Amino acid sequence: MEFLNALADPAIPFLRYAFAAGIMASLAFGIIGTYVVARRITYIAGAIAHCVLGGIGAGLYCEHKLGITWFGPLSGAIVAALLAAIIIGLVSIHANQREDTAIGALWAIGMAIGLLFIAKTPGYIEPMSYLFGNILLISKFDLWMVLVLDTLVVGTATLFYHKFLAVCFDEEYARLRGVRTDLYYLLLLCLTALTVVLLVRVVGIVMVIALLTLPAAVASNFAKGLWQMMVMATLFCISFIGSGLAISYNNDLPSGPTIIVIAGLAYLTATALQQFRKSRRN
Amino acid sequence: MTATSTQETAIRIRDLDFAYNGTPILEGVNLEIMARDSLCIVGPNGGGKTTLLKLILGLLKPNRGEIEVLGQTPEKSRLRIGYVPQYARYDPQFPVTVLNVVLMGRLDRIFCGAYAKPDHEAAMAALAEMDLADLAGRLFAEISGGQRQRVLIARALAAEGELLILDEPTANIDAASEEHLFEVLGKLNERLTVMLVTHDVGFASKFFKSIVCVNRQVVLHPTSELTGELIRNMYGGDIRMIRHDHRCSPEGHCTHGIS
Repeated sequence: MEFLNALADPAIPFLRYAFAAGIMASLAFGIIGTYVVARRITYIAGAIAHCVLGGIGAGLYCEHKLGITWFGPLSGAIVAALLAAIIIGLVSIHANQREDTAIGALWAIGMAIGLLFIAKTPGYIEPMSYLFGNILLISKFDLWMVLVLDTLVVGTATLFYHKFLAVCFDEEYARLRGVRTDLYYLLLLCLTALTVVLLVRVVGIVMVIALLTLPAAVASNFAKGLWQMMVMATLFCISFIGSGLAISYNNDLPSGPTIIVIAGLAYLTATALQQFRKSRRN
Repeated sequence: MTATSTQETAIRIRDLDFAYNGTPILEGVNLEIMARDSLCIVGPNGGGKTTLLKLILGLLKPNRGEIEVLGQTPEKSRLRIGYVPQYARYDPQFPVTVLNVVLMGRLDRIFCGAYAKPDHEAAMAALAEMDLADLAGRLFAEISGGQRQRVLIARALAAEGELLILDEPTANIDAASEEHLFEVLGKLNERLTVMLVTHDVGFASKFFKSIVCVNRQVVLHPTSELTGELIRNMYGGDIRMIRHDHRCSPEGHCTHGIS
């Protein structure tokens, strides 16, 4: 109740913004998260998310040190995410062996670059809020950004549903049916990158990957098809973010970790239930 | 499924060499396969069976020589080939319905959005031909191995190609499903060229018109040369036994070392 009043309170707009951003972004998280889980590229999505810190650092540096006002942390995050998606995508397509080593290296290098930029940016900047999220930082402008990116991601991902489905299920066969699979794989990673950026403010770089994959993973226990899994994952994502924000507001807890713990508990419960059902059937 | 004259060549390979990381896999391959032939590719593991398939599909490029499939380069005729990979390599948890798997055979016909009505009709017709129409709405992961294998054949048929290529369709399915599979293939062979990789020469000799032995070199035998007695000699008393040291050469099969 307290949370609902707070949502309507004009004095605390950030809570409303975080809630709205969470609901809107859930659509992209449900759809892209399903592709990521089905294609088993959580690790690659994780690397992309961590590289975002490099872009945020560069954005902060440009804004505060160089005075480039139009290139802030959010623009930096988008550029870094897309760049990371393309580099990591090309590595995973062309490096037959040691793919995980190369991706792990990019993961760390992206973060290191971000921290170096932040260290050289004048004024005190708390990297914690980017790593673990801080809803106090969400502005009305961010909300518009989320809306635009969300439309882009959801539009592309649904328009090419059958292509992505085939590329995730059986890449070789899709190629034999004349689909340019490498292109769609890179496109999928770019959409993943944009999706990750959507909620970096709310849950942070480190934990955003959990919000991308856990709702889809929970949904995969019940879904009868990729499309159903997307709808369910979106609904799960909305409920995790909504309840997480409410609990964190009522108990004065950081919102990012609260959301992730709820998502994690739901995932563990669903997996345990599934195992239980399976063992009873046998 | 275009009608083709029986004299047409489906696949022509000339002086082909292929090496992987410097290791020769196939050498001096010459092969000519007629349209509506039915052939089975046998040979030891690592002998180059899958490589030969991938070269024909245009997934690999030869180091030397040329391949012509249905009168064109493999890349160009790719869409006219129905390809059936091994079902065992699929993610058992992937949430996709049987109908959606079969529709993938029509993937080249859409750019974005949903499949058109003719695509759905072709997919359902292909499923019906495989006796699977009532499974259309089921999850691919839920059905049996033999059924999955037939779904993948239905997917290849939905593509409406002229050449059907199957990679080890008899691996991991029971004997009854296997017999059923060869019945189905026999029917399909009336209108399609059928090419199949297998370990299992026992069944192969009943159904196939030609046998291709692949072990670095590639040799084509008409099945008529390959009598039941010869197979028993090649493979020992139990013809369902798998031999990994079996060698093929232009001079014929060596007969030593029956395992």
